[in-house]
Amino acid sequence: MINALSGWLDIPVYALNAGLSAVILGIVSGVLGSFIVLRKMSLMGDALSHAVLPGVALSYILGINILLGASLFGLLAAILIQFITSRSNIKSDTSIGIILSSFFALGIVLITFARSGLDLTHILFGNILAVPQSELTQSFIIMLVVIAIITLLYKELLISSFDPVVAKAYGLRTGFYHYLLMTLLSVVTVSSLSQVGIVLVIAMLVIPAATSYLWTKTLFHMIVLASAAGAVSGIAGVILSFRYNLPTSATIVLTGMALFVISFILSPKNNFLGKGLKTK
Amino acid sequence: MLYKERKLTIIKKVVHVETGDDTVIEINNLNVDYFGNPVLESIDLNIPLGYSVGIIGPNGAGKSTFIKALLEVVKKRSGSVKIEGADISGWKRRIAYVPQKNDIDLTFPITVRNTVLTGTYPGLKLFRRPGKKEMETAERCMAMVDISDLANRQISNLSGGQLQRVFIARALAQQAELFFLDEPFVGIDLVSETIIVKLLKQLREEGKTVLVVHHDLHEVEDYFDKIIILNKKLIAFGDVKDTFTTENIRSAYGASLGNVIIKGAGDGHD
Repeated sequence: MINALSGWLDIPVYALNAGLSAVILGIVSGVLGSFIVLRKMSLMGDALSHAVLPGVALSYILGINILLGASLFGLLAAILIQFITSRSNIKSDTSIGIILSSFFALGIVLITFARSGLDLTHILFGNILAVPQSELTQSFIIMLVVIAIITLLYKELLISSFDPVVAKAYGLRTGFYHYLLMTLLSVVTVSSLSQVGIVLVIAMLVIPAATSYLWTKTLFHMIVLASAAGAVSGIAGVILSFRYNLPTSATIVLTGMALFVISFILSPKNNFLGKGLKTK
Repeated sequence: MLYKERKLTIIKKVVHVETGDDTVIEINNLNVDYFGNPVLESIDLNIPLGYSVGIIGPNGAGKSTFIKALLEVVKKRSGSVKIEGADISGWKRRIAYVPQKNDIDLTFPITVRNTVLTGTYPGLKLFRRPGKKEMETAERCMAMVDISDLANRQISNLSGGQLQRVFIARALAQQAELFFLDEPFVGIDLVSETIIVKLLKQLREEGKTVLVVHHDLHEVEDYFDKIIILNKKLIAFGDVKDTFTTENIRSAYGASLGNVIIKGAGDGHD
């Protein structure tokens, strides 16, 4: 199907794959990123995306599914961060820092140890020119699953993000939804490995969602607009990087950032211009 | 079966109004710590259902923590909380909780209407979305606190009083049996206060239980049937006219402060 489409559009298969996977990543990270931003978990998201590295390495070494290894380590990192914070007076940003860096270090050791065909730079920074068909399909399925879960549990995710205290008071198991989001985050990190890589995946989660936040006044609109912003920066980033021979992951992120800057200045909700004039 | 149980509860309640026993929130040896420091110590208390009850005490007395511990939002070190003999966890969906305004993220992208609508969530099963019936409930509850014209506003664009009415409307939308409110009258305008006070009285007349953390000692006698005076420990509990005394206030607030605060308010009763 991709081949037919590629012939019809008269662009090479690898370019089409790159574009499609960037759009898929943009959509899924917009959906998930909206919750990450609203729950004030941007730093946590950064930690988890780094913490999946040993999982990725182990999956290669043991020959198991990479999604399994990655979500296992992502979840383990989330649990450890929570554990350190609750069992000591260490604040959560510090425990996030500890877990992020040590898991990342463990991943680097494991990858060096494996000495297989695993290329560390590709995992860290992505390699969008080599997105195999199977990975594209996998990303697509992950996107559908994430959207399905968030649609089904929309009410619970909304209230546990908006007002966790009241949610807990009426008996909602808020901890479950926290770890559910952490698991989805780990899975999405895997699906983004080829496009932006581990280091920059947090940008895809946070920037389109923050951009959308500046324009919207309901959660649903925020999710939809964040996905659109993610998809637009994904496809624009791919096109720009191909045309001007730039590193794709960085170009995608900077395109997203450009949308954010424009929104920051023009959004009526943010009222940057109004405020700027008033202070003068 | 379920219907029968419900009926039984209603009958029980009628009995309680006449005899004043039986149906209670039963609190046994409640202890709460915050990072190793005791916030609430060995509280034993039976709060009868069907009354409006004020919780008063000085700053840092653990009033908010008390409500949160009942609802298991903060961890108890020890103790049990039962309602009509059953663990409170089975009751949670029938308890509407209105936290302090600054406990809520006002920058969240949500409109007044959708905020009120979240009040119907506890009554909906997993995967179920609010439908037409829930929408109507939300509209009705907004009208009850006179905020229908604000329905499409984002909650960050409201005054303190309007905001408090939004959260009251949300609690109403839950159609609960018990209402726990944490300082509902702080930082609100007179119009909002009047509306809320009228509603709380109405709820009480419908046989609901209303538990309110109250920040000052004004209007205590007007607002509540019973009061709980707290300062880490339970100082006193009972009918307002017997409990709201200079002596009790003094032991909760300290001798000198107690005198100042109570002046004019409880003088007639001691």
